[in-house]
Amino acid sequence: MDIPYTVQPREDTGLYNAKVGIWLFLASEVMLFGALFSSYILLRVGSLEGYWPRGWLNVPVGTVNTLVLITSSITTVMAWASCKMNQFGRFKVFHACTLLLALTFVCIKSYEYHDKFTHYEIILKDGRIADGHIVANDPKAESVVISGRYVQDRRDLYDLEVPKAHHHHEEISIPRSQIEKMERYGPWHNTYLAIYFTLTGLHALHVIGGAIVIGFLWGPGSKLWETDPERFTNRVEISGLFWHFVDLVWIFLFPVLYLI
Amino acid sequence: MTAQDHQHVAEHVRRYLYVFYALLFGTLITVGASYIPFGNHAINIAVALFIACGKAFLVAGFFMHLISERKMIYGLLAFTVFFFAGLMFLTVCSFADFPRMTVTH
Repeated sequence: MDIPYTVQPREDTGLYNAKVGIWLFLASEVMLFGALFSSYILLRVGSLEGYWPRGWLNVPVGTVNTLVLITSSITTVMAWASCKMNQFGRFKVFHACTLLLALTFVCIKSYEYHDKFTHYEIILKDGRIADGHIVANDPKAESVVISGRYVQDRRDLYDLEVPKAHHHHEEISIPRSQIEKMERYGPWHNTYLAIYFTLTGLHALHVIGGAIVIGFLWGPGSKLWETDPERFTNRVEISGLFWHFVDLVWIFLFPVLYLI
Repeated sequence: MTAQDHQHVAEHVRRYLYVFYALLFGTLITVGASYIPFGNHAINIAVALFIACGKAFLVAGFFMHLISERKMIYGLLAFTVFFFAGLMFLTVCSFADFPRMTVTH
């Protein structure tokens, strides 16, 4: 049985069915991310004065990732245009670039996550707080070693855009007997990191999902080009629409999480 | 595909490249603007979101072809915009709807 309207547009909508389908899906995605952005606003506005982090994320790294995703958007649209112009070889090259850029994005994001998961806040029994990246944390050793600094007030950890925040970073050895509590910068650490990991994690899953579909169209799915090139071109367009949406979400995530 | 169609897509490709350059430029402007002390942090937020909206328009309008789409898609997106605006409206309204004795910051 042939699936109707995979190439020819329907008379009533003027579109092939997959296009209506992807736009309905993207509409639901707007609401999904909209709800999370709404949560972000509520958490940020409701946070205590001086307790919403600033400068916790690496802006140059985030900027590079933004440029990577924008570049993947142009290679995606060029891949579709190549199909339209009957240039299958160029399609293959452009979508190979898209896949490499998607991989680059995920690798950079993983690096950022790793940076957070190796960052610890250690509360000592004397009330001081040690904060920094773990250097040695052997459970059998009597002390934990971090590269960081001591603060008296937790608020000193929140605004890293003030110059004094970057002073006095040194290797600190802390005896385990002095540690009251030790916690890494995971999503459980505070509301900022909770919403950061939720938003970027969901976005990264979209990147991975989109890359899998694009990878399929680039690899085994490209056989369709030989038998039904128009239908294949439509599939490339649909996957491209999803990919551009992923880029669109990041365009807002980047300034919201990294810059403001 | 006819030669006319080929020419039509080729013209679009040129436009995609201009959009791409504008997006790269927009990203650098966003980062640069975040370091400018406007005096009030709310202005920095507004500027960053304004540039992000401009970039989003370029991606949605040109890469996703929304500037020349069918009415069906516009109708569908009108519903999305309506519900998204409603969601944000409710978010803002919630700030004026704290239970009594709530301490806000």
